Amino acid sequence: MNQSKHSHAYDLDEILHEIRHYLPSQAPLKDFVHHNTLHAFQHLPFHQALKQANSQFGFKGYLSIAEYQTLYREKKIKGEILQQVVQNHFGENEANHWAVKILDSPAIQQTYPKVGSFRAHWKVDYHINLDKSIHPFLFRLLAAYLDQGISIWSFPVESTGFLDAIRQINQASYSSIFKGKRAKKLIANPKLNLTQLLEILVGREEAYGWYLFDQQFAHPGWSGMVSVLEDQPSSLLDRRPIKFEDLLIFECLLEIDALDQKFGENWIPIGVRFPHETSQLFETSLIEEQDLILQCFQEAYEWSYYDEVLAGISHVKPVAESKEIPSFQAMFCIDDRECSMRRYLEFIAPTCATFGTPGFFSVEFYFQPEFGKFHTKVCPAPVFPKYLIKETASHKKLQKDVHFNQNSHSLVRGWVSAQTIGFWSALNLVKNIFSPSSSALEVSSFKHMDPNGSLTIEHKGEFEGELQIGFKIEEMADRIESLLRSIGLISGFSPLVYLIGHGASSINNTHYAGYDCGACCGRPGSVNARVAAHMANDSRVREILASRGIEIPVSAQFVGALHDTTKDEIEYYDLEVLSEANLRSHHKNVGLFAEALDANSMERSRRFATLSKAQSVGSIHAAVKKRAFSLFEPRPEYNHATNSLCIVSRKSTIKGLFLDRRAFLNSYDYRKDPAGKALTKILGAAAPVCGGINLEYYFSRMDNDHLGAGTKLPHNVVGLIGVANGADGDLRTGLPYQMVEIHDPIRLMLIVEHFPEVVMEVFLANPATYEWVKNYWVHFVVIEPVTKQFLHYKDGEFVNYKPLSSIDHIDHLQDKLKDEAGNMPVYLIDSI
Amino acid sequence: MELTFFIQLMIGIPLVGFVLSLIIPESRENLLSKVAFYTAGLNLISILVLLVLWAVEGFGAVNVKEFVLYRNPNFEFLIDFFFDRVGAVYVTVGALLTFLITFYSRYYLHREPGYKRFFNTVLFFYLGFNITVLAGNFETLFIGWEVLGISSFLLIAFYRNNYLPTRNAIRVFSIYRIGDVGMILAMWASHHLWHENVTFHKLGNAELVHEHLLGHSGIGLFISLMLLLAAAAKSAQFPFSSWLPRAMEGPTPSSAIFYGSLSVHLGVFLLLRTFPFWENQIGVRIIIGLIGLTTAVLSTMIARVQTSVKTQIGYASLTQIGIMFIEVALGLETLVLIHFAGNAFLRTYQLLVSPSIVSYLIREQFYGFEPKLKSVKTGLASRLIISCYIWSLKEWNLDLLMNRLVFRPLKNLGHRLDFLTYKTVLLYFIPTYVLGLSLLVAGIKIPDSVRVYLPVIFGFVALMMVLKAFSERGSARLSWILLILNHFWMVLAIAENELFAWPQVAIYLSGVIFFGISGLLIIDWLKRLTGQHGLHHYKGYVTKYPLVAFLFLLSALGLMGFPLSPTFLGEDLLFSHIHEDQFLLAGIAALTFVMEGIVTIRIFARLFMGATVDREISSLSSDDLALSKKNQFIKRPLAAKANSY
Repeated sequence: MNQSKHSHAYDLDEILHEIRHYLPSQAPLKDFVHHNTLHAFQHLPFHQALKQANSQFGFKGYLSIAEYQTLYREKKIKGEILQQVVQNHFGENEANHWAVKILDSPAIQQTYPKVGSFRAHWKVDYHINLDKSIHPFLFRLLAAYLDQGISIWSFPVESTGFLDAIRQINQASYSSIFKGKRAKKLIANPKLNLTQLLEILVGREEAYGWYLFDQQFAHPGWSGMVSVLEDQPSSLLDRRPIKFEDLLIFECLLEIDALDQKFGENWIPIGVRFPHETSQLFETSLIEEQDLILQCFQEAYEWSYYDEVLAGISHVKPVAESKEIPSFQAMFCIDDRECSMRRYLEFIAPTCATFGTPGFFSVEFYFQPEFGKFHTKVCPAPVFPKYLIKETASHKKLQKDVHFNQNSHSLVRGWVSAQTIGFWSALNLVKNIFSPSSSALEVSSFKHMDPNGSLTIEHKGEFEGELQIGFKIEEMADRIESLLRSIGLISGFSPLVYLIGHGASSINNTHYAGYDCGACCGRPGSVNARVAAHMANDSRVREILASRGIEIPVSAQFVGALHDTTKDEIEYYDLEVLSEANLRSHHKNVGLFAEALDANSMERSRRFATLSKAQSVGSIHAAVKKRAFSLFEPRPEYNHATNSLCIVSRKSTIKGLFLDRRAFLNSYDYRKDPAGKALTKILGAAAPVCGGINLEYYFSRMDNDHLGAGTKLPHNVVGLIGVANGADGDLRTGLPYQMVEIHDPIRLMLIVEHFPEVVMEVFLANPATYEWVKNYWVHFVVIEPVTKQFLHYKDGEFVNYKPLSSIDHIDHLQDKLKDEAGNMPVYLIDSI
Repeated sequence: MELTFFIQLMIGIPLVGFVLSLIIPESRENLLSKVAFYTAGLNLISILVLLVLWAVEGFGAVNVKEFVLYRNPNFEFLIDFFFDRVGAVYVTVGALLTFLITFYSRYYLHREPGYKRFFNTVLFFYLGFNITVLAGNFETLFIGWEVLGISSFLLIAFYRNNYLPTRNAIRVFSIYRIGDVGMILAMWASHHLWHENVTFHKLGNAELVHEHLLGHSGIGLFISLMLLLAAAAKSAQFPFSSWLPRAMEGPTPSSAIFYGSLSVHLGVFLLLRTFPFWENQIGVRIIIGLIGLTTAVLSTMIARVQTSVKTQIGYASLTQIGIMFIEVALGLETLVLIHFAGNAFLRTYQLLVSPSIVSYLIREQFYGFEPKLKSVKTGLASRLIISCYIWSLKEWNLDLLMNRLVFRPLKNLGHRLDFLTYKTVLLYFIPTYVLGLSLLVAGIKIPDSVRVYLPVIFGFVALMMVLKAFSERGSARLSWILLILNHFWMVLAIAENELFAWPQVAIYLSGVIFFGISGLLIIDWLKRLTGQHGLHHYKGYVTKYPLVAFLFLLSALGLMGFPLSPTFLGEDLLFSHIHEDQFLLAGIAALTFVMEGIVTIRIFARLFMGATVDREISSLSSDDLALSKKNQFIKRPLAAKANSY
């Protein structure tokens, strides 16, 4: 926080704005999208931000010293790397001295965070526990107001906002929300504002901001939710207008009421007894010795892995480019889960070529399925498309499950249910536990779209609201061109080009949206793949493309498909448009894909400790599939849990490297983009999307209590918008423990193959992207294409980096995989 | 008889399983879950065999006289089992659900810290459940009842380093303990009514019951009401309802099986079990029906406004249990049994699939959303609707009610003794105790007019000790010592009442002394080690000293008279010396017993549970807070080259 900005007196609007900026910005469950948990600190350099977050809010951004020391003993932090990091920090002379200090460092004393320490005086000096008496009721009321369909009786008044609703209830009921006279009188006043209340509670203007920070960060989950809903009201299908300020006013009223109950109306405002200055909250926290120790450990931990990766890349032997056209080409999402899939496919079908590109395939739109009453966004979250694509399908039955019927909760019908459905539940329970199968309860990526339905891809002059239904031919060509240019595929098309989106399947999983494609806003990429393939197959589009220098032969056809990353299955779309020859080779390819899927599921299974590895590949794959609909399986798949790299390069640069599903791979050919135009787009998406995913995992892993959602086992779904622990808890944000437990918390390393000057130009022209790199929220390395040198971004320039690690070569990857459950080093492989 | 053998197996298998699970080290995840799985599985199989054998024998009620734990001329503690169709249904549903849940949890809890603890507690719970539903008399049932109470506490507080689970576990335990008053007093009164420890088998004999109740309708009514109190607390009936949603703090499967299905239905079980006893007391039946009705109506309303899945299912289940109370009151045993089984399965399943509700209902909403047409009504109707809504949202203030009626008055009473400190306690109460004791031992004749009051006075002193321990926050040691003293005063009170033999005193006090001292040692050790032993906030030492925490838990259990220490038996003995007309003394003794449990478990919780690193600022003292803030703002010397990177 910039100090000078806060030297003047605060007005409340400014304070509110600040609080909202710092609150978790996680949308309701169905719209879950990964983002940098500490986005509010992103204007600061990474380590300074972590320090600031720690002293302000008590968030932990590092492992404990003991954990780092264990990693050092296990050689996951390498001695020579630590040495190098320390040298870079303190210079050669002091390096040894510091290295000793770091390795022998005692555990770090946690200091109390600033936020929370002001309001604590209520409990400590007034002996009143406001949180205990207010929170449960406040949460209940908020949940009741925002509820999307759990409660049977809906909120009883129609209102223009939360406070208005409270006011109406206060007027029109025998039961009152407040107990004391003063609070009742205050709420009745239509001109009631926050300042009035803070005057009573705090009594000192300079302290208002601090007080509100304390108050709201006592329940960041609910506050964050309200703040998000104020900005994105459309996240609630059943609209509920709510303003953040309303929450503050209501909570202050509850506090005044509780205090009045205990002390009568005469008590000294907390700010008068305990003066505080809001500006102190934002003072820059100075880096201390112990912070430097943590920094060095963390960087050594990160570079111990990065160094291996770079060493691996330097060992890749350049292959002479073959002029032959590949047997087929397949585009996958850049998602780290496709990293191994592509590796297997290339080994099983050596003549094919694979590409990685963000899984919305450059077509951005809203999708409305048949019978759907709403439309959902299927492109990266920050993009706001102007297009709508509707599905028409003959029939798509909504599967029902009687156990979610609310009749069972009522008195008389519940009495009937208990004695009828009850016994049906017993059977279901036995069945679901001993032989799990697909049911209405599961979320399946393949159910996102009806493969036999048709889509309104082409614009026929219709609009819905502001949205244009379908794309014009010209618009289609723009998108396909951008797709092909970004991956450098502008000539040499194979007869079959697959566009393979991805999605996930799970059951009993409240965070299901986080498992689907991030580039499709937490939805499966099936519609996008199908739409993009349709566009690319359109002859009119191809004409325009040809005029722009991309010649796609008539024989080449595009096929949309969806890869379910949980079950490792692929569904192909619109095969009827294929020519006979292509259909034949497609059938052959399906077999190759299936083989790759088997191998992929096998590689994934090494992470699943409860799954027996001593069985055939087929049985392992079957067991992996079963996880998608096993009620008792909290880890249907590990999602992005191993992500740590993002490589923007040609495939040949990293061919034959085993990267252990840890890399986002974006295909990019610097030769076809000398000015870095495509690179700008790629980095503009990769930094926030991959970086966001990476940092959400990072912080959820580092401080699972505050920045993550804790263990998911006791989670309780609230209002269909969030999860809480038990009955009275605050909403939990971030990722549950089960999603991040195997994650190595290191920042993302972005590796780009291009000339450093071009990259720097791209940075300078795009401050938003540059902020990620400049402040070290991602590490950045350039591969100089000619000299093959690595250039590491540091303090505004690129510095040469020479990897120290040696890389092993292994012959039989799968043997190695079978008995290793943890993260594996980088290997050179030439067979599976 | 084979039946007897199989009934014994029902207790034996979980017991063996539980003990095995205690021995297996934490790291053997697989073995642990296997033990639990096979325990429940074997039990399920033996039940099926038992059912077949039982059918062959013609579904008759079976009584198994196990063994006599203690006997003196006018008191006998008998372990006894009983099997009839009520027991059969409960034991079968229990075995089936536990079997399924152990299989489920084997994967669900994989890699969860506390995997072993979870299965230990589940097996312990299951053991208690089987003892309870197969018990043949009140004493045996009470053993199971106590096991259920403590294992519930441990399951709710499974996430023992978090504040809410710990607090709610204590809350639930406290309500359970209030129910225990009912059990104890019912046992006491029935002992006097029957002049023996009556078996449930005998209760089934209508003539016999009728004969005994003749001329004792007052005591009959008292027993029935006390049983109802116990049943209502265990089944979360009005006015105890609000504990149920708060019990949903543990991992979902444990909430599902215990608070969705098995545990909450035990109140119904107790009523079914004792039905023959109060069958002919119309007044009691009406009260039971009314309590059930009130619960059903209130909780269905509360269920309707719940916005979280688990609490909604909890209240929906409660609604049905309320109806079961009505059905029991009407004497519809078969219907109740069907209703119980169906409800138990339904709620277990609903809770297990509860996380799926997000995607399911969102999908339903996505495809079938219709904005609700709200008719804006004015006037009385709308006023009532809104009021009901808000009242339901506040759970009809049941929580507040319990607090105002029970806990706050007790705490206030305790605060009257705030002047007591560690030293003054030693100074005042030990000499007076010695005086009282020497009066007794020396056999000095005290005028009868004074003597009559002595037991009540001493009993009251004992009660005050406990209440002071309840409100004491400054020192764990003082609180603990008061608890020990309370037992001594109680013994003195009873000894003044009716000379009871020294061996009996020895039985009672041996447990108190042993566990009291071991607890005291631990508290002292902790104080020396950490320098603090106040009870102002949760300290979470279990993470640092798990073994000590376990030992202290044992001490706490022993001191509160859990069926592990001889004090459990002693307490029963003690009650047998309270005359049937001494309701006040019995009341004081029962209340003391209840509070004793609550206070001990709270000391345990405050010392060993809660956040590891207590980052909650508000737990600091005023000076600490000021200091910590000062530290925050003093600029410490810059480390070399800070911000260089």
